[in-house]
Amino acid sequence: MAEFGNPEVVQEEVDILLIGGGMACSGAAYEIGPWVQAAGADIKVKLVDKAAMDRSGAVAQGLSAINTYIGSEQDPADYARMVSNDLMGITRDDLAYDLGRHVDESVHLFEEWGLPIWKTDENGERHDGSKGMTPLKDGGKPVRSGKWQIMINGESYKWIVAEAAKKALGMDNIQERIFIVKLVNDKNDPNRIAGAVGFSVREHKLFIFKAKAILLAAGGCVNIFRPRSVGEGQGRAWYPVWNAGSTYAMAAEAGAELTMMENRFVPTRFKDGYGPVGAWFLLFKSKATNAFGEVYMDRNKEMLDDYPPYGQAAVPASCLRNHLMLKEMREGRGPIWMDTVTALANLRETLSPREVKHLEAEAWEDFLDMCIGQCGIWAGENIEPEKKNSELMPTEPYLLGSHSGCCGIWTSGPDDVGAPTEETEAGVPEHLPKGWNWGYRGMTTISGLFTAGDGVGASGHKFSSGSHAEGRMAAKAMVKYVMDNKDFTPELDTDVDTLIEEIYRPVRNYLEHKDYTTAIDVNPNYITPRMLQFRLQKVMDEYVAGVATYYTTNEHMLDLAEQKLEMLKEDALKMRAKDLHELLRAWENYHRILTAEAHMKHIQFRQESRYPGFYYRMDKNFVDEENWKCFVNSVYDKETKTYKCFKRAHVDIVDKAKLFK
Amino acid sequence: MPTFVRTEKCDGCKGQDRTACMYICPHDLMKLDKDGSETGHAMKSFNQEPEQCWECYSCIKICPQQAIEARPYADIVPLGASVQPLRGTDSIMWTIKFRNGTMKRFKFPIRTTPEGSIDPYGGKPAADMAKIGEPGFFNHNEQNGYRAGDASELIRK
Repeated sequence: MAEFGNPEVVQEEVDILLIGGGMACSGAAYEIGPWVQAAGADIKVKLVDKAAMDRSGAVAQGLSAINTYIGSEQDPADYARMVSNDLMGITRDDLAYDLGRHVDESVHLFEEWGLPIWKTDENGERHDGSKGMTPLKDGGKPVRSGKWQIMINGESYKWIVAEAAKKALGMDNIQERIFIVKLVNDKNDPNRIAGAVGFSVREHKLFIFKAKAILLAAGGCVNIFRPRSVGEGQGRAWYPVWNAGSTYAMAAEAGAELTMMENRFVPTRFKDGYGPVGAWFLLFKSKATNAFGEVYMDRNKEMLDDYPPYGQAAVPASCLRNHLMLKEMREGRGPIWMDTVTALANLRETLSPREVKHLEAEAWEDFLDMCIGQCGIWAGENIEPEKKNSELMPTEPYLLGSHSGCCGIWTSGPDDVGAPTEETEAGVPEHLPKGWNWGYRGMTTISGLFTAGDGVGASGHKFSSGSHAEGRMAAKAMVKYVMDNKDFTPELDTDVDTLIEEIYRPVRNYLEHKDYTTAIDVNPNYITPRMLQFRLQKVMDEYVAGVATYYTTNEHMLDLAEQKLEMLKEDALKMRAKDLHELLRAWENYHRILTAEAHMKHIQFRQESRYPGFYYRMDKNFVDEENWKCFVNSVYDKETKTYKCFKRAHVDIVDKAKLFK
Repeated sequence: MPTFVRTEKCDGCKGQDRTACMYICPHDLMKLDKDGSETGHAMKSFNQEPEQCWECYSCIKICPQQAIEARPYADIVPLGASVQPLRGTDSIMWTIKFRNGTMKRFKFPIRTTPEGSIDPYGGKPAADMAKIGEPGFFNHNEQNGYRAGDASELIRK
């Protein structure tokens, strides 16, 4: 009988392993079956999720909008242009364009499965998604809350998408509460994937999977910076706290090339609850002001001219909007207000009492669908948005590739859109592929290792729908990969005993030393995952441009951060786990450290401040289009435990001049 | 707004090995205290790490006894408010109580099809292996959602 400290070891061989259960892996689980069937081969697919698919990933709580819907009236090239400008010009047009042409196929399926999507009738009036109006697929008109966003009644969004995924793949091929912590390369080819290892957070079992192809889609990274709330409220992160950087860290350790890890997202949100602002700005036409009622986007608009051309588009880049707001805060004209009172009063002027009641419900639903905690704050502070304005605040930094950020893994794109097939920057390590498509759509630079959603770097603004579509693209490509590599038999480059020892090290640390002191949490021989996380957050906050320094840093502070992170990484080997729950936290925090280190190294390498408003290198406080309009990529050497950064050339595949006409 | 479990309502999901809240929590926070050694309340669940709670309300929505509620974060929010849902199969009802006693109630649709009714491949074509290397999904444009785009936009082709 397995017991804590002496786990049962389960070894399993599959052809394709899906790691994660969020939107991307749900998309993959749906798409893969028909291709496996068409291939006519015996291809075994398995999905493992550290949580329960009904409520896992970034959409667990629900959403009030689908933020990527192209519609029949827009072109994928328009979408690729928007993505590029919002991310200060350095994105992969091939990836964004490909996503743009595929994404609506997933959105229409969501509606078929039962997701209520708001509609506009012929008189321009809005209706919620339960009224049985013409579906989008047949020409129904969505309610646009922005150029790319459509409103939904999305409390059960993930529940619905997961139901389709679970039925498609079959529960026999899905295992929940399995946390994969490490990928394993092939014994005969270090640039190839052979398997993955992890553990159950419910039973004393370790899992060792061998697989020919793996889809790694385990989300972005939250809680590497000290959050603004450090007491009970530290869980109220903007992006879900269970995003632990596992995607980036495991890919890096497997040798996959990362890209744009210097990128971060610092969302401006309703203060403390981090409630969404999109519908308030775009649907309710609300303005954000300083303490004196001045609209900072107007007051400081000349600051946008400092960053041509990105500040001059119809919608300036997200980071620049923060940049204009931060000026008000730094110069003492805070707090920043969302003027909900004026916005709702303006809307009331033209609405009937019935429509006003509907409007109030819409405003509350925006939070209740995706950020219930904000309602708790409004209720606790007696805030009714038609009577009292709410504060806005920029959050602590987040790392992700699917929302308004673009850090992630360097991924093979489509080969039919004119993407480069050569590399013109010097200094790219020899073993890495040239160009932007080296084989299979969604594959990383490690053969057989695929990614999607938050994993795919240099292409943000996919959101929920785009992540689902990207998972589907990867699934299809993985079937092709497996068919093309029928004779390949994966062999792990590390023996099973070593893997077991490594995964369970925090448990051994605990069992070996727990009786040395009388207080379980204070022991010179180990560190709790919780304290290790605090140390990481302190370093990142104070030296790597967190909220403590108003998002500023410089090369000297980064040098100190590097030294401190190195010692932190050494001490990570001394983390303890007193139970399976703490073992989960220990490995999550190890992943956070590797992700944080990549972030720091990339900021150090890029000799400019590409994202003013998200972070400032005060010693290089400018955007340098001549020398730094390029990707910064990196690879991790697991022997020396260090990242190596290098440049890759940026190329436009769609014409960006159209943004400024 | 960490969740808390009402002692008199939680029945530990009637002694099953895992409770509904343990099953659903995305962050592995809910735990069944089988013998009462951790909370003094045997066979009832509790939030084992409240400062990691994202307030996603998954446990509150799924609890068959409606035993779970949320108390706004003590380090941020004044006392006295509550936000409580009742999730049905096609809609969700919310009751919001303000600190000053103001009450608001809302009902929103959550789903237009019966739970469990999705037929993932019903009416869908089979995949065509000849097209595995081309753009498009297995049911290419069956949903009228593929946006081929204006080819002249691709300036390097």
